[in-house]
Amino acid sequence: MKFSENWLRELVEVKADRSTLAHALTMAGLEVEEITPLGEHLGGVLVAEIVAAEKHPEADRLQVCRVDAGQGEPLQIVCGAPNARVGIKVPLATVGANLPGGIAIKAAKLRGVESFGMLCSAKELALDADASGLLELPGDAPVGRALADYLGLPDASLELKLTPNRPDCLSMLGLAHDVAALFGGHAGALSPAESAPARSDAGARRGIRLEAGADAPRYLGCIVEGIDPAARTPLWLAERLRRAGLRPISAIVDVTNYVMLELGQPLHAFDNDKLEGDIVVRHAGAGEALKLLDGSEAKLDGGFLVIADQDKGLAVAGVMGGYDSRVTDVTRNVFLEAAHFAPAAIMGRARKLGMHTDASHRFERGVDPELPRRALERATELLLKIAGGQAGPILQAELPELLPQRSAVLLRRARLHRVLGVAVADAEVERIFVALGMRVEVLPDGWRVAAPSSRFDIEREEDLIEEVARIFGYDNIPTHTPAGALTLAAEPEARIGELALREQLAARGFHEAVNLSFVAGDLLQQWGYQGGLVALANPLSADLAVMRPSLLPGLVAALAHNRARQQERVRLFELARVFRQDGASSEKAPAPLETPTLAIAACGKARAEQWGEPKRALDFYDLKGELDALIAWGGEPQRWTMHADGLPSWLHPGRGARVARDGATAGYLGALHPQLAKALDLADDVYVLELALEPLTARRLPKARPVARFPSVRRDIAIDLPEQVAWAEVERAVREALAERLIELRLFDRYSGQGIEAGRKSLAMGLILQDASRTLTDEDAERCVQEAVAALQTKCMARWRG
Amino acid sequence: MDDLDSRASQALADIDKADTLEALEALRVGLLGKSGVVTAALKELGALPPEQKKARGAEVNRVKERLADALAARKAALEQAELDRRLASERLDVSLPGRDGERGGIHPITRALERIAAIFARLGYQRADGPEIEDDWHNFEALNFPPHHPARAMHDTFYFGDGRLLRTHTSPVQIRAMQGRQPPIRIIAPGKVYRSDSDQTHSPMFHQIEGLLVDETSSFADLKGTLAEFVRAFFERDFEMRFRPSYFPFTEPSAEVDIRWETDDGQSRWLEVLGCGMVHPNVLKNCGIDPERYTGFAFGLGVERFAMLRYGVSDLRAFFENDLRFLKQFA
Repeated sequence: MKFSENWLRELVEVKADRSTLAHALTMAGLEVEEITPLGEHLGGVLVAEIVAAEKHPEADRLQVCRVDAGQGEPLQIVCGAPNARVGIKVPLATVGANLPGGIAIKAAKLRGVESFGMLCSAKELALDADASGLLELPGDAPVGRALADYLGLPDASLELKLTPNRPDCLSMLGLAHDVAALFGGHAGALSPAESAPARSDAGARRGIRLEAGADAPRYLGCIVEGIDPAARTPLWLAERLRRAGLRPISAIVDVTNYVMLELGQPLHAFDNDKLEGDIVVRHAGAGEALKLLDGSEAKLDGGFLVIADQDKGLAVAGVMGGYDSRVTDVTRNVFLEAAHFAPAAIMGRARKLGMHTDASHRFERGVDPELPRRALERATELLLKIAGGQAGPILQAELPELLPQRSAVLLRRARLHRVLGVAVADAEVERIFVALGMRVEVLPDGWRVAAPSSRFDIEREEDLIEEVARIFGYDNIPTHTPAGALTLAAEPEARIGELALREQLAARGFHEAVNLSFVAGDLLQQWGYQGGLVALANPLSADLAVMRPSLLPGLVAALAHNRARQQERVRLFELARVFRQDGASSEKAPAPLETPTLAIAACGKARAEQWGEPKRALDFYDLKGELDALIAWGGEPQRWTMHADGLPSWLHPGRGARVARDGATAGYLGALHPQLAKALDLADDVYVLELALEPLTARRLPKARPVARFPSVRRDIAIDLPEQVAWAEVERAVREALAERLIELRLFDRYSGQGIEAGRKSLAMGLILQDASRTLTDEDAERCVQEAVAALQTKCMARWRG
Repeated sequence: MDDLDSRASQALADIDKADTLEALEALRVGLLGKSGVVTAALKELGALPPEQKKARGAEVNRVKERLADALAARKAALEQAELDRRLASERLDVSLPGRDGERGGIHPITRALERIAAIFARLGYQRADGPEIEDDWHNFEALNFPPHHPARAMHDTFYFGDGRLLRTHTSPVQIRAMQGRQPPIRIIAPGKVYRSDSDQTHSPMFHQIEGLLVDETSSFADLKGTLAEFVRAFFERDFEMRFRPSYFPFTEPSAEVDIRWETDDGQSRWLEVLGCGMVHPNVLKNCGIDPERYTGFAFGLGVERFAMLRYGVSDLRAFFENDLRFLKQFA
C-alpha cells in the first residue's frame, strides 16, 4: 500500500513530522518500507506556457521557445523535448533554480542561441519516472504560479508493507483510523467531503440476480448516462493516484481507482451499452473462457465467480474486468459496480490465473461488507462532477442471511494482563478501543467490544489483546525473564551427539559441507540411483528436482568444484537427511523415509604435504581408518563387519566395502567406480563413505571390569596362506582358538611377492596373551601359539613360517 | 712422606690437565685404584710402628680426600663440557612445520546453529525434531493457516505429487512437540526449511530455529526478556532492539524483532532478526492443550542471517557452494 502523506494528513490531524509519523506506523504494525520525498528542490520552478516555438537554426532536434511564466516579457528557452509545442502548460525551471538531481539552472547559450531556463519532464523534477517528454500540466494551470504550490508539494509517497490481517489499512480511511488512534486524534470527514449525488429515479435500470450464495451475498450497481468521454481527470485526483503508484488512465477508471484507495472498496465500471439484460453473479461453468482487460484469455472453472449478463461473462469477480465490456474513450454510458465477495471465494483465484490485481489483493484479504453503497455513492458523485451525465438509481441485490454476521467480543481484564505481562490501565484500554472506532461496553471484569465492520480481523479475545498491545506500544511492555517449571531432559549417554561427531571429523581434517537437499535427476541416474526417488512436483529447475537419496552425488560435486579451483587435497563431510520412498507414494501411504546420514568424500594425498614425510596417495585403508576411528568411538567394534558383496554400482567393485552392524547394512565405503569418476570428470583417486547415522552414533555405556593383575606376554607368528583368504577369517580363526586368553591381535606385516609362492601372501601377527588368574608360563604361551597355528592351518589353508 | 706430598701435587696438576673422561679415569685408577699410589700408601701403614701409624694414616687420608674431590670436580666439569657440546650440536629449526597438524572445520551455519541451540539449552530448552517432508496439516492448518489464505502465499511452497510438501518453516515441530504432551514445554527445533525462491538473497533451502515455551505463566513480557537475553548472549554485546507488531497466523500478538546494526561505514539501520509472538489459542487447542490454563510464546529465526551477521558473510550463496577457500575461514 502506497499513498500520499499529504492526503493522509488531510484526513487526520497528525501533530508530528514525517519521520515520527513513519516510525509510529511501523511500531503499530504498519511497517513503512519506503519513503519517497516528492517536490523537494522545486524553488524557482513555475507553471509556464509555451507561446511560440520555432526550430533551432543550428540543431534539428532543438526548438527555440518563447515561454510565458507570468514575469512580463516571455522568456527565450531552448528545448529538446519531443512534445514541446505552442499552447501547452509545462514546468519551467527559471535561472537560479536548483533541481533535485543537483542541476543548477543558469542562463546559457545552446548551439549559439541564448536560453534563460529549462522546461522540465516529471523525472527531472523527481516527481515520476517519466522522462519521455515535458510534464504537461492541465490547460487551466495558472501561469506564473510556483509549481510546488500548484501541485500540492512538497509531499511524500509512503509505502507500507502490510500484513495479511490488516486489509482495512489498504485504504486511506482505514489508515486514518489507525493513525488517529496512535496520535490521540479522530479521523475527520473525507475531503473533499462526501455528498450524496443527485439521482433520477427515471434513470436507466438493470436487474441483478445473485446466484452464488454466500460467495457473493451483496451486489450494487448504478447506471450513469451521458458522460463526457473527453473529460479529464482533475489534477488533484491524478496526483493522488500517481503518489499511490497508480497511473492515471481515464476519468472513469481514475474515479473507480480513487474510491478504492480512499475507502478500500474495489469498483468496476462497464460500458453499459455492451451489456444485455440482467446482471447475473454466478460461478463459472467448467471450461468457461473470458478475455480480460489485459488482453489475456482466462480459462475458468467452477471455483471462479463471474459477473455476467443474460448471455455472456463480463468479468472475473474480484479479479479483473472483461475486455469486451470495458470502458473506452468513446464510452458515454457507464454501469458502476460495487459488490461484496467472500474472501474464501476469491483467495487464490488470481494466482491461479497467474495474476495479482488491486481488487484481488483486497477481496482475498476481505473488504468491509458495508462499504459498497458508500463507495458507489462516492464514485457517482465524483464521476458526475468530473464527466457530467445523469445518475440512475442505486440497484441492489443482497442475501441478508448470508452476509457476514459480526458479534461483539469479550475481553477479560485478567487475561489481558496475563498475556501481555503488564497491567494496562482500564482508561487506556478504553481509549484505544474508542479511538479505533470500536464500541465498548464496560463489564465488571472486562469489556465487551464491537469492532467496526471493516475490522473483521477482530473475532476473538486475542485479537483485542493484540489491538491493545499494538496501540499501547510494544516498547511500553516491560521486559521480564520467564520463571516457571524447568524440566531437565537427560542427554542419552549411549548416543554420540551430532555436534561431537562433527567436531571429531573436523579434528581429523575434514571440512563440513552443506548442500541443497534436492539434486538433478540426471545426476542420480549417473550414479545409478533409481526407484524409490522422491521428486518435487514444482521444482525450481530440473537441477533441483529430486530429494537426494544419498549425500554423495552432491558432496562429490562439491569435491569436484574445489578440485577445479586448485585444491588438490580435498576432505569434505556432510551430515544431513537422505530421502527414499518405500512403495508407491500417496496421501495415505506413509511419508518418505528421512534417514540422517553421514557422508565423507576425499581425494589427493593421504597426508597434508610435509617436508619430512614421504608423499603417498590416499587409499582405501586411509578412509577405512577414519571409519575405524568412528566405530571405535561406539565402543563395540566387534559388532561391525565389512563385506565385499552387495556393493552399489557407484563403488569400485574391488575397492569397496559394504559396512554392516550386527549384520544389517549401515553404509558403504570405497573408491568411486572408475567409470563414474570419468563421467564426473574426476581422477581415479576419489574415496567416499556413506553411513546411516543411527548405527554409527550408537555407543556402549561402559561397564568396568577389574584390570588384570598378571602380566601379558606376546608371541609373534608368521604364516602364509592363499591370497583370497580375508583377514577377517584369519582373525576369527585365532580368536575362536584362543578365546579369552587372547586379549589383542595385531597384524604387523602383510607381504606377497618374491619369496612367497604365487597366489599366496604372508601375514605376521602379534598375539597378546594373558590369563586372569595367573602369570602365563613359556609353556602356556607356546601352547597358545600351537593352537592358533593349528586353527589357521585347518580353517585358512595357512602354512606356518615361524 | 715427602714423596706422597710431591706425588699428590703432581697428581692434582695432572687432574687439572686431563681433558677427556677416559684420561681422568686412568688417573683415578693410577691414584686411587687397587694398585694406585694412594692405595699403596695406605697399605704401607700396616708396617709402621703404632706411634707413627695414626699421624701417617690421617695424612694419607687427607691426600686421598683431596684427590677424590679434585677427580670429582674435574669429572663434573668434563661432563658439563661434554653435555654443552652435545646440546650445541642438537639444534632444530623449531619453525619448521609439524606433522599432521591440519584441521578441518565445522560449517558456519552449523557453528551458528549450535551456538544458538546451546544458549537456549542453558535456559532449559530441549532439542526437538520433525520431518522435512511434512503434510499440509502440520505445516499450515494446525498452525492456523486456513486453505488459500494470503499468509500462505508468503510461503512459496515446494509440493510433492501426493500432496505432501517440504516444510516452509520449523514451526510444524511446535505442533509435533505439543501433541500428546502437556506443559511445561520448552523446546528448540533447529533444521532445514524450504521455499521455492532463489536469488541473491534467497536460497531454496535454508535453516531456521524455532523456539517454544508453554506454561501457566508465560507472557509477552517474558518473550521480550527471553529474546533480549538471547540476542545479547549470541552477539556478546548489547543492542538497541525493538519489537514491532506483525502477523503470523499461529501467534497473537505477534512481533518482529529488529536490532540496530552498525555497518562497516559507520551507518546504522534496523535489521529484522526474529519473528515471534504468543502462541495462538487455536494452535494450543489443535494440540490438545487447554489455552485457558496455559499460555505460551514461540519464536523463529533464520540461522543464515545470524551467521552472516556474526561472521561478516555478505553473500548468502557462499554458504552452499562449499568452496574450501570459504570453509577454511571457519576452521
